This record gives sequence, C-alpha cells and structure tokens, in this order.
Amino acid sequence: MTKYTEDDLREELKTKEYEYGFYTDIESDTFPIGLNEDVVRAISLKKEEPQWMTDWRLEAFRAWEKMIEPEWANVKYVKPDFQSISYYSAPNTKPKYDSLDEVDPELLETFKKLGISLDEQKALAGVAMDVVIDSVSVATTFKKTLNEKGIIFCSMSEAIKEYPELVRKYIGTVVPQKDNFYAALNSAVFSDGSFCYIPKGVRCPMELSTYFRINQANTGQFERTLVVADEGSYVSYLEGCTAPSRDENQLHAAVVELIAMDDAEIKYSTVQNWYPGNSEGKGGVFNFVTKRGLCEKNAKISWTQVETGSAITWKYPSCILKGDNSVGEFYSIAVTNNFQQADTGTKMIHLGKNTKSTIISKGISAGKSQNSYRGLVQISARAENARNFSQCDSLLMGNDCGAHTFPYIEVKNKSSIIEHEATTSKIGEDQIFYCNQRGIDTEKAIALIVNGFSKEVLNKLPMEFAVEAQKLLEISLEGSVG
Amino acid sequence: MLKINNLHASVEDKAILRGINLEVKAGEVHAIMGPNGSGKSTLASVIAGKDEYEVTEGEILLENENIDELAPEERAHKGIFLSFQYPVEIPGVSVTNFMKTAINATRKANGLPDMPANEMLKMIREKSEMLEIDRKFLSRSLNEGFSGGEKKRNEIFQMAMLEPKLAILDETDSGLDIDALRIVAKGVNKLRSKDNAVIVITHYQRLLDHIVPDFVHVLFEGRIVKSGGKELAHELEEKGYDWIKEEVNA
Ligand SMILES: Nc1ncnc2c1ncn2[C@@H]1O[C@H](COP(=O)(O)OP(=O)(O)OP(=O)(O)O)[C@@H](O)[C@H]1O
Ligand SMILES: [Mg+2]
Repeated sequence: MTKYTEDDLREELKTKEYEYGFYTDIESDTFPIGLNEDVVRAISLKKEEPQWMTDWRLEAFRAWEKMIEPEWANVKYVKPDFQSISYYSAPNTKPKYDSLDEVDPELLETFKKLGISLDEQKALAGVAMDVVIDSVSVATTFKKTLNEKGIIFCSMSEAIKEYPELVRKYIGTVVPQKDNFYAALNSAVFSDGSFCYIPKGVRCPMELSTYFRINQANTGQFERTLVVADEGSYVSYLEGCTAPSRDENQLHAAVVELIAMDDAEIKYSTVQNWYPGNSEGKGGVFNFVTKRGLCEKNAKISWTQVETGSAITWKYPSCILKGDNSVGEFYSIAVTNNFQQADTGTKMIHLGKNTKSTIISKGISAGKSQNSYRGLVQISARAENARNFSQCDSLLMGNDCGAHTFPYIEVKNKSSIIEHEATTSKIGEDQIFYCNQRGIDTEKAIALIVNGFSKEVLNKLPMEFAVEAQKLLEISLEGSVG
Repeated sequence: MLKINNLHASVEDKAILRGINLEVKAGEVHAIMGPNGSGKSTLASVIAGKDEYEVTEGEILLENENIDELAPEERAHKGIFLSFQYPVEIPGVSVTNFMKTAINATRKANGLPDMPANEMLKMIREKSEMLEIDRKFLSRSLNEGFSGGEKKRNEIFQMAMLEPKLAILDETDSGLDIDALRIVAKGVNKLRSKDNAVIVITHYQRLLDHIVPDFVHVLFEGRIVKSGGKELAHELEEKGYDWIKEEVNA
C-alpha cells in the first residue's frame, strides 16, 4: 500500500510559502545606508527632537562604537554589517488620520491579509491600537477613552514632543544606554515605538495593543517602548507582529522598559511572528531584544510571550524586583522550526524582601532548529524570604532539532527558596496514531498536542491574543511531524 | 461490513499476521481470543491503518471498499473505531476538547458543519451519564494520571460519542472492576444495532457474559485457527489453549 509518509508531508510543506509572505509597497522615505554620528543627528533632527534627546542618542552611539557584539548565546549566524543598514525609514503618508478612510488603501489591504484589519480591530471592544508600520505610527485609535482617564498612549516620537519631562525622567532608567551592545545601538538610532503612562490609581480599561511590522527592504528596526505604571495603577499591554518575507536578513533590536511603581501591575504580552527564514534557512529576521521591567514595592510585572518567528531570537524579558513584596512572572512559549535558532529566557533579580518570581518556559523545537532556555535567578543579600519557582519544559519533534536549558542561580541570602523543574519530551508516533484513529489528521494532531503542552502559558494571554497565538503555533509547526 | 481476505502483515520484516480471513456482517458481534503475542492487537492496528505495520498480502474491505490505501484518519471517518489496549496520554488536552476536535474532524470529512456547542454538550451529558462518568473527569487531560480502569471507560466514552460503524475493543475489560465491566458492557450494547458491528478482543469469558458474541475466533501465531459460537469461549475458559495448539500442530 502506498502510504503518505512523513517525508511526503515534509516535501509538500517545504513548498508552502510563509503564510504572511507579502510585501506592501508604500512609498517611503529612507535614509542611505550606514551609521555615524551624523546619521544619529539626522535621525534626531528628522524627528524634530529636543537637544537633550539628541545628546542622549549621541552618548549611546559613542558607547556602542566601543562595544563588541556578544557571543555567549547559543546561536550561530553571520553578524549583520551595521554599515550596510539604513537607519531610518518612514512611510510618506505623514499626517495622522482621523478615520480609517484616510489611510492608504494598500496598508489596509495588508492588514486584511493579516486578518487584523483596523475595521475589525476597532470593532473588537476593549482593544486600542497604535499601529506601527516601519517605525512611524500611522493610526491611533481609542485615544479618547484613554484621555478621559488621563492615560497616555502614543508613539515615542509624539511622547518626546508632548511629554518631554515624563520621557526624560524615565527613559533609560531600566535599560541604560550602555546596557548591552544592542541596547546601545537602539538608544542611538531608535526610530519610534510606543509610550504609555498610567496615572496613579488608574486601571486601564482596555488592553493596549501595538502591531509592529517590518516593511522596508534593508531597514533595521529599532523600536523603543516605555511603559510607566504609576502607583496603584494597572495596565495590560499587547505587542504583536508579522513581517513580509524576503531574502536579506533584517535586524531588529528593540528595547522595552517597564516601570511598575508601588502597588502597580503591568502585564506585557507578546506574540511574535517575524519571518523565520525559508526551509533552507535563508533570510529571516534577527531579533535581538532587550526587555526589562522594574518593580517597586508590592508591584507586579508579568511577561507573557509566544515566540514563533525570527531566524534568530535573542531575548530575555527580565524583572528587577527592587521593592519589597514585589512579584515577577515570565511565561513563555518559544517555537523553532527549520533552521531557526532561539536563545531566550529571563532574569529575575530579587533585591527586595519577600519578593517572588515564577518562570514557566515551554520550548518547542522542530526541523533542524535549536531552542535554548537561558534563565538567571539572582537573590541578593538583602532579599529575605525570596522565592522562585522555575519550570522549563521542552518538546521535541523529530531527531534533528535540539533543546537546551541553561539555568543560572545565584543566591546570596539563605532564607530564599528556589525550585527548578525541567522536562523534555517528544511527540510520539503513538500519540499521533491515537489522534489519527479518532479522525484527527496529523497536522491537527500536532497542533492539538502542542497546544496542550503550551496550555499553561496560553492561558495567561488575553483571550483574543490566545486565539491568535494558537493559530501561529499551528502555522509555524506545519510540516514538522515527529 | 468488514471482510478480511488472506491478510499478511509484518513489522520490520517479521511476519506477525499470516493469512487472516474474517467476515463480520452488520449487526454481529465477534470475539477474538488467543494467547499473548498471537497477533490480536496487531490485527486491530492493521485494520485501523497503523503505519508501522506493512501489509504484504491480502486485503481489507469495509462495506465492499478496499481500505488498504486509506490513512488512519480516513478509516476513522468511515466509521472504524479502536478502543486501545494501552491508551496514550496527551497532556494539557482535555477529554472534552479532544472529543470536540475528533467529532468535528470526522464531520468535516463527511461534509458536515461543526457540531453546534449545545448539541455537543447535550451529547456529552448523555453519554457520560450512561457510562457513569463524573463530568469533572472530562476536563482533565486525556488519559494523564487516569487509572487503568478509567482509561478503558474513557475509551468507551469516546466510542459512544463517535458512534462508529465498526468498533474494535482491544482488551477493554482488562483493568475494569466488576461494576465498571457491567457499565462498559452496557455502553457497548447500547451501540449495537443492525447497522453496526463490534469486534471484542479479550482473554476472559466474563466480558462475553455481558456482551454476548455471535462468533468466537481463536487467533494463534497470526492465523485464525478455530471459529465457533459463544460456547467456544466457555470451552477455552475451561481448557485453555493447549488443545487448540495441539490441533494446529497435528
Ligand atoms: N512494533 C512491533 N515491533 C516488533 N514486534 C512487534 C511489534 N508489534 C507487535 N510485535 C510482535 O508481534 C506479536 C503480536 O503482538 P500483538 O500485540 O498483536 O499480540 P496480542 O495478541 O495482542 O497479545 P496480548 O494478548 O499480549 O495483548 C508479538 O510477538 C509482538 O512482540
Ligand atoms: Mg494485545
């Protein structure tokens, strides 16, 4: 009997192009390639920034020039040539729109293909959108409701103009300019991003959401996000993205800073689906991100992420638990397929007393990919009664992929309790046959098993995001029968 | 319903089924017995389409259609159900979610829309009550941490939900306590109709007291070496397999 073998399936799927692989040709205003002080100044000028901002960027640039690209991560790649990248690109359609009708129809078409048309999003009650296409905010919705509560949610460029004192006070306080190679680069050339401020005691009534897209050939993306939750406030922030497929590697080095003041809570959820490269490992986004949150007294920060895209991911959303009784959480699903490489994890830095952290990491590897979890739990001398619970589970599909776990634990206070659990499992033929026997085909069976494996993390996502995340898991694992 | 002609199957060049002939008509219950390792589970797996086994000779017909080329899920869509001897665990996937996925996959394959949620819930309630399954159980991860008996009862719950044409029960009785055995048998008997057929693989007469077979077959070294009515099961219970082995070797 002729059987439809795994090899047939693999073959068929190789020919499937990246689902969202299309490219929108919006006329754009792009800088020539290369980076030097003049380029940094030009970016600042272009964005009509105040002098302090220009100086801040230059300071970062000078530091970056002296730094070398880190090599400790478990990833291998040809280093980007930072002089062959253009550091600024903005859609020509500069003015902001009052209604969707004014938005470039081609752009709307793009959103439709992504299944995230603004129409739909507007209708989706409770979700405000700050859409970032090639670094500049094109449309902002739901501003009014937010205004009434005194919540600021706008692009970083706008924030620098409208709320310079807030930006100046907080930018770089959690991720300093010189923090690391990529953060320094970002500080020097960041194009745009989002700024969010929740006033004292305010509960943000809706999920704040941003869709980032990389849209211009050879344009490095340097987003900068700053979320400040003042005392006793609460905000849930969603970040999601997809990118058009292309051949050249695209660099992305974002910085996200979160500040949760006394009794405040920030939930930061990410669904990331950048182009991972084709089945031969060509192309794909390089994603080197610095994400860090600072918790004051009784504050709480939760990072939840679903990472399915990028050729290379280097990302460690972290929490500095500075205030007593503060809480840090990290829930992550990282999927790698084909030739993708991911080195992700978190750092939980316990400084305050009775601080608590939870780490749940689910790594799924398929194809020839490599998936590493790297986590640091650090308990400082004065962190009395600190607690950490870490769980790292890996799921392997096939024999050519790898899962690696690198937990680092540094304890300087004996009263702390740290627990670490790790498991590795493989999707079994028997599980798949069991599903098949019940009428569920192999693709679906894998999706089901993977969803089950990831459930603890998926459950942490806001509803509409969870649905999207599930779809992404399915798409990114197509053709990876174990 | 099911017709198997001269079926040979092997795994890694080792012949396990060596010329099986079996006809199961709609409305009938067949019991397959036989010593450990004789090939009972292999036969069930081959009927269900497990890839691991290579059919080297012969054919399997379901309602006069040769199903050799069909993938396991396609066979399931045509109404073949296998209650596994060793059901596998799928962590994080609830029984309900699994059932919903299975039912809708089958409906889709047969050109039907998804089953409406209220209908699904009603069916779940009905079938779980019939099998005396606590509803809390249905939100647990499939088979994860289930006791041996719970796994088997859950298999029959799935069977009841999927309402197959041909149900193959592979040692569903093993691990069941006396009450559970009666409940499970009730579930199977409920499915029996003039349009369905059941193949029961078992080692013991006690299940056949509840699910009374029309035919009993003895599988030995990959062949059906003896067939008879329900009294054959009693005979085996009494005398074991030695006399059959002797007959075969004679
Ligand atoms: N995948 C496999 N690889 C190697 N040998 C196998 C495989 N599957 C079955 N066999 C062998 O085939 C023979 C029949 O196995 P099978 O499971 O069908 O027996 P059974 O009649 O169901 O036995 P039991 O009553 O113990 O359940 C055994 O010798 C078994 O070891
Ligand atoms: Mg068996």
